[in-house]
Order: sequence, then C-alpha cells, then structure tokens
Amino acid sequence: MHEISLCESLREILEEQAVQQGFEKVTRVWLDIGPLSCVEPEALRFGFDAVMAGSVAEGAALTIEQPPARAICLACGAEVAVTSRLSPCPDCGAAELRPQGGDTLKIRKLEVV
Amino acid sequence: MCGTCGCGEGDLRIDGRPHHHHGPAPREVELHLDLMAKNDAHAAGNRAALAARGVLALNLVSSPGSGKTTLLVETLKAFPGPATVIEGDQQTSRDADRIRETGAPAVQINTGKGCHLDAHMVGHAMNDLAPPPGSVLFIENVGNLVCPALFDLGEAAKVLVFSVTEGEDKPLKYPDMFAASDLVLIAKADLLPHLDFDMDTARANIRRVNPKAEILLLSARTGAGMAEWLGWITAAQARLHPETAAG
Repeated sequence: MHEISLCESLREILEEQAVQQGFEKVTRVWLDIGPLSCVEPEALRFGFDAVMAGSVAEGAALTIEQPPARAICLACGAEVAVTSRLSPCPDCGAAELRPQGGDTLKIRKLEVV
Repeated sequence: MCGTCGCGEGDLRIDGRPHHHHGPAPREVELHLDLMAKNDAHAAGNRAALAARGVLALNLVSSPGSGKTTLLVETLKAFPGPATVIEGDQQTSRDADRIRETGAPAVQINTGKGCHLDAHMVGHAMNDLAPPPGSVLFIENVGNLVCPALFDLGEAAKVLVFSVTEGEDKPLKYPDMFAASDLVLIAKADLLPHLDFDMDTARANIRRVNPKAEILLLSARTGAGMAEWLGWITAAQARLHPETAAG
C-alpha cells in the first residue's frame, strides 16, 4: 500500500519543516491529491493517524482536496473536465483523452503552533 | 487579558496548572511542497548518474506472474551489448539467481513488506552494481500493477509486461500503471491459440488509458517479436544517448 509510504514521506517533511520554520506542533494538514494520481484519499486517511503518532503531527487533522483534472479529447479536440482515466469525452463520447496534469500530490499548507 | 480566550482571570488554575496553558495562537504555513519530493530527488540523482555513464535504464513493471523474469532472461541471452539487472521482490534471491545464470551481473533488492521499489533503494543498488558505460540497466520492479506507478526510479522509460493470460481488460482495471508506461509488451503470445484474448480490444483498452504508449507483441518462449523488442531497446539507447550510440 503506497499510501503508507506517502504518509511516511509526509511525516519526514513535517519534521524537517518544524525545525526550519520553528514550530512545535502541526494541528492540521491540507493536501491536494489529483483525481488522476494513483493515490486513494481514503487509504491515505487510514494511514495518516497511525504514521503521524509520535511525530510533530500527532493528532493533526487532515483535509484532502481534489483539484479537478482536465484532459484533451483526441477525437474532437475539446478540453474537458474528467474525474478518472476512464472518463469518456462528455462532448463526443470518444474514449481516448490526453490528461493535462491531474496527478498532483502536494502539501498545500499547514496549521501549526 | 488573555488574547486567546479573553478572560482576565490570571490566577485561575485548572488541575493545579495555570489557566493560560493554551499556548500561542495557531498559524498557517503555506508549503506547496510535492509529497514525492524526496523520492523524486533521489530519482533525479539516479538519472544524472545514469546519463553521466550513458546507461539506458528501463523500469519493468507488471502483475506478479506475467513472465517478466523469463522475458528478461531471454532478452539478456539475445541482447548484444553489456547489460545489468536490479531485481526487486519482497523475498528471496531466486530472480537474481536466474539472471546471473545468463552471465549478466544482478543485484537483488528485497523490499520485505514493501510493495514497490523506490529511487533511494535503486540508487544504492546502482552503487553496488556499477553498470558499465553504454550499457542497459534493467530494473525488474516488484510484481504489482498499483504502487510502482507512483515511484520514479530515474529510469528512461517504464516498460509494462502485460501477458495475454491476464485478460484484455487489464488496462481498464489498472489504468494508472498503463498510463505511466512508455511501452507495453503484450507477452506470452504463444498462448493465444488457447485463449479467448481479443487483441483488438486489448490494444483499444491500452490506448484508452494511454494514447501515447507503444505496443509490441512477443513471446519469450518462441522468440516471436523478440527482435522488435531488442530493436526498441537499441533505438531507445540511440535516442537518449546519441553520443554513445554513435561511438
């Protein structure tokens, strides 16, 4: 389950930021998880509490936002909103679309004390 | 007066502690940091080290049992140039042992409970392996069509081995891995007469999740399609390291 690896990577980044930016505790974490990234928000949530135990972010709240993904339809050329890699073009129904990003995995901001 | 709760009771104690234990007010810190930054930094280091030596690294991904190791063994027997292998599995050194029997140097990474290789592990394995200049480094990832999609190892290309026994709908069931791959090898083609595998549907399904992927059909067992696969490797070497290929 790669979501656990991601939580471990998040913990490392938070510990480093605590030293660099001089805070003692993280009380909330905001993540942007693109709908076309191969990360399942619920699995990330599941791992978060366990992996953060004993770190600067122990007990922190987690807010996951999913910025919308866009793709270009290779059949009709329209740029459309998509929610998965299997979404057909809402304009012409074609199945082949080229995503424009949508796989972001970012720590947007923190609430710290 | 307390700036947090507005009370003026400086002498108030709760459980024997001063009331004013709520500390400084929380603040927000904008980060905009990539969650994969650590892995990606290691991957960039691997990529730079490979480029400096003119080594073409291919990250082979697939489900367990797709025939990656057999394909790799036959590839190593037929490939004319120097090649090395990093093998990733949760346990055992069976795959590295099979690779070494071909004469190619191999390093086995056992991920334990881990479900994928990451760029940090591969960097260490590269140090042990020291792939020679101008060679091809095959990285056989852990058999898993989910997690390895996320981890850049510093490779030039991801090659997905998709065997015909898996069914033509595999690309739709695991779209992230197919979307992340540059080349899809439809493998075990010798079994096609025994299966109801619809090749046109399989190709359409691959294109649906990855319109850019190249697709080759082959059988490591009969050798069919192996020349095209070896040609693809040679072309990738030439494309990425023109100075090496020219020399």
